[in-house]
Amino acid sequence: MIKLEHVSKTYSAGIPALNDINLEITEGEFVFIVGDSGSGKSTLIKLLLKELEPSEGVITVDGKKLHTIRRRHIPKFRRNLGVVFQDFRLLKDRNVYDNVAFAQRVIGAPVRESRRKVPAILSTVGLAAKYKSYPKQLSGGEQQRVAIARALINQPKILLADEPTGNLDANNAWEIMKLLEEINARGTTVVVVTHNMEIVKAMNKRVITVQKGIIVSDEKGDDDEI
Amino acid sequence: MRFSSIGYTIKQGFCNIWRNKMFSLASIATMSACIFLFGLFFAIVTNFQAMVKEAESGVAVTVFFNEGITQDEIDWIGEEIGKRVEVSEYNFISAEEAWEEFKTEYFGNDEQAAAGFQDDNPLANSASYEIYMNDISMQSTLVDYLTGLEGVREVRQSEIVANTLSDFNSLIGYISVGIILILLLVAVFLISNTVTTGIAVRKDEIGIMKLIGATDRFVRAPFIIEGVMIGLMGSILPLILLYILYNKVIVYIGEKFSFLNTLINFLPVEEVFDSLVPVALILGVGIGFLGSRITIRKHLKV
Ligand SMILES: Nc1ncnc2c1ncn2[C@@H]1O[C@H](COP(=O)(O)OP(=O)(O)O)[C@@H](O)[C@H]1O
Ligand SMILES: [Mg+2]
Repeated sequence: MIKLEHVSKTYSAGIPALNDINLEITEGEFVFIVGDSGSGKSTLIKLLLKELEPSEGVITVDGKKLHTIRRRHIPKFRRNLGVVFQDFRLLKDRNVYDNVAFAQRVIGAPVRESRRKVPAILSTVGLAAKYKSYPKQLSGGEQQRVAIARALINQPKILLADEPTGNLDANNAWEIMKLLEEINARGTTVVVVTHNMEIVKAMNKRVITVQKGIIVSDEKGDDDEI
Repeated sequence: MRFSSIGYTIKQGFCNIWRNKMFSLASIATMSACIFLFGLFFAIVTNFQAMVKEAESGVAVTVFFNEGITQDEIDWIGEEIGKRVEVSEYNFISAEEAWEEFKTEYFGNDEQAAAGFQDDNPLANSASYEIYMNDISMQSTLVDYLTGLEGVREVRQSEIVANTLSDFNSLIGYISVGIILILLLVAVFLISNTVTTGIAVRKDEIGIMKLIGATDRFVRAPFIIEGVMIGLMGSILPLILLYILYNKVIVYIGEKFSFLNTLINFLPVEEVFDSLVPVALILGVGIGFLGSRITIRKHLKV
């Protein structure tokens, strides 16, 4: 599903943020990426989204080599990926429903389809009752659920989450992680960047540790059959 | 693009204008000033052009001869006139024809009054060439030339001093082109600023759109709509104002400066607006489109 071969990324003539990364994530996997701040985790996510181009190496996502995707085909490519960030990135002037429906708008889905799918996905993330609320009326955990709903509404094959629990307290963090696990159980490949070692240890998933742009360990989880 | 998407995009365009009220208003006002001045000059130039055309279609110059000139000499003068490029047509009017014309013009059917002059043509010395010109700006050159010809007693010019008229017309033309160019630049600049602000305000939203997989077109279209709408409003407003003013001004000049009435014939408002409306609309929409297009290129590298 995701494959990196000898991938390096150097920002304007500095030390490389990622250095000769080799990595493979198969379909349906749940993977944590951990590492100190500044070790290159977000850079990795941006490379997968084709927000950045690698300085060297080949990245393959869902069977497509990213460097072969033309600029005007990037939007179509991104529709295969759902993304969630630490700061939620919701539209403050729209309510929960509209924030999620927005993702359908953007890809030109018919309004009829949104009316059917948005309530369904909102109940999946446990927010069906708050569809009329605005982001500032919600807790951090709830806002992140909206963001997850928005990432999932277009049924991506892969969900990328860059420190999704970074702004949440322990309880909310747990609930978000459980939600991501649930989503993974339904077949979506999930990649989660996080600092929260407590949760990582407790969840027993594959853990990739990055340090200064290099993968220093890659441990399979207990219940991973792969 | 789906129908619902088009509706959404247009709505977002209006949203941009609304969220960004002050800038949008400033842009619309500048556009309006621009198009208003343009319309003003357009109306003046069109009117003058019509006057010049009318002057050109009338007799520009009349040439009278010395007393006792022979028909051969008159013919020679005629040939010389015919060689001039600026002359489109010339007619010989004999003294008798001049008298006939004068009679019908001033006595009409009053045979009695004309009868008093029966055998004694008071215009005996009034044989002339009537000269029509195809380029009235050459009138003074032609008059100078004709005055210098052997056998010419007098050269009379038409009452409208065509030369001044066409000079004035081209002066107005230059001034208006100059002013309009400057104003257009200002308008493009302002619209560009408005769109830049709009993009800045929606920066987060644009970032999210891109990550979700919005196409360039989807991201850009609302800003194009914003620019075009500003341009459209900025041209419709001054057109309405000009329409009202034009009629008022014609009436006002007609009353206050009635002596001008014989000289100046204003075109009816419909005739001016027939061409002004499409030109102004295209100009407004064009500027709006251009202003936002340039800005998007610069700030929205999707
Ligand atoms: N846009 C950028 N320009 C230059 N350097 C950057 C940029 N983004 C990140 N970096 C650098 O790359 C390294 C990795 O950053 P990042 O991927 O954000 O780390 P992490 O997400 O693991 O904290 C850091 O040293 C950071 O300073
Ligand atoms: Mg980071």
